[in-house]
Amino acid sequence: MDKIVFQGYRRQNGAVGVRNHVVILPLDDLSNSACLAVASHIRGTMALPHPYGRLQFGEDLDLYFDTLIGTGANPNVAAVVVIGIEPIWTQKIVDGIAKTGKPVTGFAIERHGDLRTIEVASRKAKEYVHWASEQTRSECTLKDLTLSTKCGESDTTSGLASNPAIGNVVDKIVPMGTTFMFGETSEITGAEDIAKAQGATPEVQEAFYKTWSDYNDFIVGQGVDLLGSQPTKGNITGGLTTIEEKALGNLQKIGTTKYVGVLKPAQAPTGPGLWFMDTSSAAAEAVTLWAAAGSVVHFFTTGQGNIVGNPIIPVIKTTANPITVETMSEHIDLDISGVLRREMNLDEAGDALIEMLIRTLNGRLTAAEVLGHEEFVLTKLFRSA
Amino acid sequence: MIGFIRHNKIDQVSVAVVDVKKGDAVEGWTMEDDSTMTVTATADIPLGHKMAVTSRAKGDKVIKYGVSIGIASESFEVGDHVHTHNLKTARW
Repeated sequence: MDKIVFQGYRRQNGAVGVRNHVVILPLDDLSNSACLAVASHIRGTMALPHPYGRLQFGEDLDLYFDTLIGTGANPNVAAVVVIGIEPIWTQKIVDGIAKTGKPVTGFAIERHGDLRTIEVASRKAKEYVHWASEQTRSECTLKDLTLSTKCGESDTTSGLASNPAIGNVVDKIVPMGTTFMFGETSEITGAEDIAKAQGATPEVQEAFYKTWSDYNDFIVGQGVDLLGSQPTKGNITGGLTTIEEKALGNLQKIGTTKYVGVLKPAQAPTGPGLWFMDTSSAAAEAVTLWAAAGSVVHFFTTGQGNIVGNPIIPVIKTTANPITVETMSEHIDLDISGVLRREMNLDEAGDALIEMLIRTLNGRLTAAEVLGHEEFVLTKLFRSA
Repeated sequence: MIGFIRHNKIDQVSVAVVDVKKGDAVEGWTMEDDSTMTVTATADIPLGHKMAVTSRAKGDKVIKYGVSIGIASESFEVGDHVHTHNLKTARW
């Protein structure tokens, strides 16, 4: 397993992508229409419509910029056309993406209108598609790779098999130099002390605990007690008894690997290793944040069958629930229900996931990609002005 | 056929992977060391629910995933169904 190589796109800044998208990125809600128009008639482009970008401020505005710039900067993206209502913030996004060295141009709608903007943006998009289509893959190693993982619609099969199988993957490939992100701040509640103890240094442990407790204080401030509402009635029906048990099932995804740092939402890791990111536990929001931080492939484990995808990064979906495999097979890239029948152990399930990862890196489209799951969901911290 | 699974060899509770009936002698698998064991169920235990493989007294910690997942709110014996009636969080 030390010799794992794959064919990836090495970008201008050295980062490696495994897809070659030309993205038409709206600055704001008002620009979605023009972006969709460009993407509808320039083949090989993809618009990323979203509902925000107007009158945000403070930390929420910072996260919005980090997410949009990070999305354009992701190495799975070859080139970007940005369309915004006005030129100043449009240029801010363009300048942020341009730091990667990739082709990016912005167009503002004010003083031009949708139709003229669509024309000039389409001409630029066409030029970028020609250029991107001549980019070639070259040999890369796991050191070049940034990944992320999350579980969703979890049940007891997640804690038993699919989450520890991802933990097996993390334990195998992070020592090879891969960068790997996990998060789900709310779902760690109940095992926060155990999660804290898995930090690599006392500083990292304290940074994690501060992130978790700030979040918990926020929740309590909203008049909600996560501790008191967990596990849910559905969890209890499924056999989960305590909040510790539920959170520990989630944490199986990081195996025994120590995390080396704590990231703000959408913040890119500064080196290899396992990183905790402060994210929502809502699937599409979290995957969007990791993609903005540079993840190029996401591992998603599910019990009851979450079907989430992302527009720019492949989401590999695995489950150990045989009923989900049977009823939702079109969404599942890898069936590891054999673990529950002792037909495979966690080591073999981890190896099967790594094999599926390599195929995905080399170009195999995931179920979510083929089914057109392109959930691009910005995390909004508070209401706009 | 495997009827229950344990994650770690020190786990005191296991998880049923089939619907277990009272009186069944059920074969279990411990994933950490690939060992097997047989336990006779003292109650019906639905798929996904926990079965004790170690007896615990009231007030004892209960180990799963190699760590405590809570406190025995009532004592239980090997083969018993372990859930909200005899296990509670240690958090409150």
